[in-house]
Amino acid sequence: MKTAIKVEEAAGMIPDGAVLLIGGFMAVGSPLRLIDAIVARGIKDLTVVANDTAMPGKGIGKLVSCGAVSRVIVSHIGLNPETQAKMMAGEMEVELVPQGTLVERIRAGGVGLGGVLTATGLGTTVEEGKQIVETGGKRYLLETPIRGDFALVSARQADYAGNLEYSLTAQNFNPVMALAADTVIAEPQNIVPVGVIPPDAVKTPGVLVDHLLERAA
Amino acid sequence: MDAKEIIARRVAREIRPNTLVNLGIGLPSLVANYLPDEVQVFFQAENGVIGLGARPPEGMEDPNLTDAGGGFVTAVPGAASIDSAMSFGLIRGGHLDMTVLGGLQVDERGYLANWMVPGKMVPGMGGAMDLVAGAKRVVVAMVHSAKGNPKIVPECGLPLTAARRVSLIVTEMAVIEPTADGLVLRERGPGVSVEEIEAATAASLIQLGEVPEMTLA
Repeated sequence: MKTAIKVEEAAGMIPDGAVLLIGGFMAVGSPLRLIDAIVARGIKDLTVVANDTAMPGKGIGKLVSCGAVSRVIVSHIGLNPETQAKMMAGEMEVELVPQGTLVERIRAGGVGLGGVLTATGLGTTVEEGKQIVETGGKRYLLETPIRGDFALVSARQADYAGNLEYSLTAQNFNPVMALAADTVIAEPQNIVPVGVIPPDAVKTPGVLVDHLLERAA
Repeated sequence: MDAKEIIARRVAREIRPNTLVNLGIGLPSLVANYLPDEVQVFFQAENGVIGLGARPPEGMEDPNLTDAGGGFVTAVPGAASIDSAMSFGLIRGGHLDMTVLGGLQVDERGYLANWMVPGKMVPGMGGAMDLVAGAKRVVVAMVHSAKGNPKIVPECGLPLTAARRVSLIVTEMAVIEPTADGLVLRERGPGVSVEEIEAATAASLIQLGEVPEMTLA
């Protein structure tokens, strides 16, 4: 069983220079309380792996604005002019990865696979510097696994075993990221007694979750 | 009728019943407005829903139900919510019957560039590369030229989205089918002559007999 911890305690576990996998799609399904607590701590030099950097003043956008992030691996920065400006100014390193490749690289990192073969990106700038593998008469790019020091995931509901249930389009990268980090911190909107979430509704088994945040006030 | 409406109404006629379709944000999303009632399809939003519905009435938005552009949406009866790995598995795995995407340039090979303008606009490819590489049919919906500059060109100068021949190009002036032999001019826009299309197109167009005027949904 897990005891829910305060958001400050969770944010306090994250050191400068950590690699964070952060769930969410334009801040929908991002662990927003945890992000606020990290911003408040003034951590530096983070690498953030996420679908996108949201927009200024929202979700991951707040981490970018406060200067906590030195590198991002994302599929999209189009709605965050600050990320683009910091990239152009050389203040932040941005690796752009096709969305489907990004999620599979994280999944590979989480499920013990040595990489992913995908046709996405063949014949484009994404191909540069990557190994091309021919198998079954088709060409693929070899994409390498991604893991994080921490995965910060958001869920609609948790129980005290750490089981997580998600909601609609707020699930996005969260279930995959919960597989791919040394320490997994979950931010549920609600926590219920063990047994309330039926086994069939559990998307992330509690054994993957190291820390559970208190429910939202 | 403005250019965008002509394009959306013509693309709507490409959609087949009982298929899974992904509409890009912006102009492509307008296509859903002109779909005949008898054509039942499931729209995918790649952030995690199959069975995307219309925008909800004000006051009935769900913060956990958005489309890939981040706008509030609804889900139709029979909808399914999925995580990003499943979503892109559907896209790459040949389960997505058709995607409709905007374009910056398409060339004589049928290759599409739609994700960046070096030095000017670097939003990231998001899901575009996976969609173009993976969908069974790729329809490009775009205005014919940008401020007088042709967008259908001999060879894309902008970075490619995929080295894959798209299925169809629909503009307000023409319907063009990329083939192994080159770009075949299939239809003319309302009141547009073949000469006018050729004058607005930098690429060479192949004509196979009479070119009929397009029918709109």
